[in-house]
Amino acid sequence: MTGLFELLGLGASAELLSLSGWGGNLLRGLANSLQIAFGAFGLGLVIGLFGAYGKLYGGKVTRDLLAIYTTVIRAVPELVLILILYYVGSDIINKISEAMGGGRVEINGVAAGIWVLGVVQGAYATEVLRGAIKAVPVGQIEAAKSYGMPAFMIMRRVTIPAMMSFAVPGLANLWLIATKDTALLAVVGFNELTLETRQAASSTRAYFTFFLAAGFLYLMVTLCSGAVFARVEKWARRGQPSLKGGAR
Amino acid sequence: MDTAAAAASSPETDTRREAIRVEDLHKSFGNLEVLKGVDLTAHQGDVVAIIGGSGSGKSTMLRCINFLETPSSGKIVIGGEEVVMRGDGSPANQKQIERIRTKLAMVFQQFNLWTHRTLLENVIEVPVHVLKVPKAEAIARAHELLNRVGLGGKEDTYPAYLSGGQQQRAAIARALAVDPSAMLFDEPTSALDPELVGEVLTVIRDLAAEGRTMLLVTHEMKFAREVANHVVYLYQGRIEEQGPPAEVFGNPQSDRLKQFLSSVA
Ligand SMILES: Nc1ncnc2c1ncn2[C@@H]1O[C@H](COP(=O)(O)OP(=O)(O)OP(=O)(O)O)[C@@H](O)[C@H]1O
Ligand SMILES: [Mg+2]
Repeated sequence: MTGLFELLGLGASAELLSLSGWGGNLLRGLANSLQIAFGAFGLGLVIGLFGAYGKLYGGKVTRDLLAIYTTVIRAVPELVLILILYYVGSDIINKISEAMGGGRVEINGVAAGIWVLGVVQGAYATEVLRGAIKAVPVGQIEAAKSYGMPAFMIMRRVTIPAMMSFAVPGLANLWLIATKDTALLAVVGFNELTLETRQAASSTRAYFTFFLAAGFLYLMVTLCSGAVFARVEKWARRGQPSLKGGAR
Repeated sequence: MDTAAAAASSPETDTRREAIRVEDLHKSFGNLEVLKGVDLTAHQGDVVAIIGGSGSGKSTMLRCINFLETPSSGKIVIGGEEVVMRGDGSPANQKQIERIRTKLAMVFQQFNLWTHRTLLENVIEVPVHVLKVPKAEAIARAHELLNRVGLGGKEDTYPAYLSGGQQQRAAIARALAVDPSAMLFDEPTSALDPELVGEVLTVIRDLAAEGRTMLLVTHEMKFAREVANHVVYLYQGRIEEQGPPAEVFGNPQSDRLKQFLSSVA
């Protein structure tokens, strides 16, 4: 029994994963990852909402620009985009800083991560939300118009709540992608969960332990997200008879 | 300005004030001219029934009145206030049209209740958010109105859980909640199962009896004859014939109206 325990190195693992040691680093990495995923998802939502409205109701120029944005972002591999956006972004900031007489600026990793992933998320969110807005029965929007609601109020009180049930499944996917895409930020040296794991693993040679632990953390994030989104979806679908019970 | 002269020329001399006036209304969808110059006046308390074949432009006319559809040309005057239009027929002043729309409550063929809101929320939505009525007051009034249309106790139900007739009655309560100066009905019973038509007509009949101004597009000829005091027959975008129901239904002049009436009878 003890032999098996030793064989798997679990005793050693427990020690390695202790919070004061590498385990703490992993959790800090997770916190960073979540922070970025959260920010990027939020930024993506904002971009997506403007993008969707722009695509649906904007003028020709707006629509063309948005088409370029969503097409390019969705065509280029995310890893490449992250490298481009990260280096282009920091380059621009430094150019501006130098032009204004300042020196080189240290780019805040979290902010950079949010901006890079947010731009990527925004492209997908634009499409998710555009589809959801189009799925809202026109009659509901007409009713709002016919009772004198101004355009912004219609968006806030009718279109957005009514489109939620169509948007939530797609947005849940986007959120999970956001949590996983944070791992790609390792290439620009950002201390998120994957990079922390790699460092811990290579320093201790306990690859199996650390990557298993990281995998477990990602799994927990997914499971918790699933539970949260299930509730959100239930709320968004209020007023709609369930598909299961409603087969009459 | 001379007030005496103004008074003499004002429509106050007609005891009933004008609610809706449409002059020379044209509407085209692309090359298809759907309305070819419609004139119509409804005074306060009038119940105007609009009848006509499918595609004759009844819905389009009703929708032009509150600018859900942009007229191609013409003039629309609501409660004495002319809607300022641009050259292309679109309202020049969005605020004006929004204000006028709150006085014209529309009831749709497909009810168009907001499905993510309960009946109570549907009824208080416009009073609270558009008309800025205090919420408690709006809720009290909503209870009254829902009771009135026979939906007391259904306040917290979502529209999808109700029958078509109940949904349409809720939509009528929503319309009444804005205290409209005129109501626009577009075939309010056409989407209903036959056994549910009666309950909705009863509510509308009730409203007519209390002197509500309404424009009512309908295929229910018997009902139109009973509640309307003016009937308009639309044929291919023009008013072919109009008058009191007894005249229009009892003694139709044009062959088209005769044919139409015999086809729907
Ligand atoms: N948005 C639109 N675009 C193009 N054509 C339209 C549009 N709305 C209506 N039409 C056309 O205008 C004509 C009149 O339509 P309208 O809906 O006003 O008829 P209606 O008298 O209400 O008919 P029904 O009794 O079937 O409701 C029809 O030929 C219809 O196809
Ligand atoms: Mg119609």
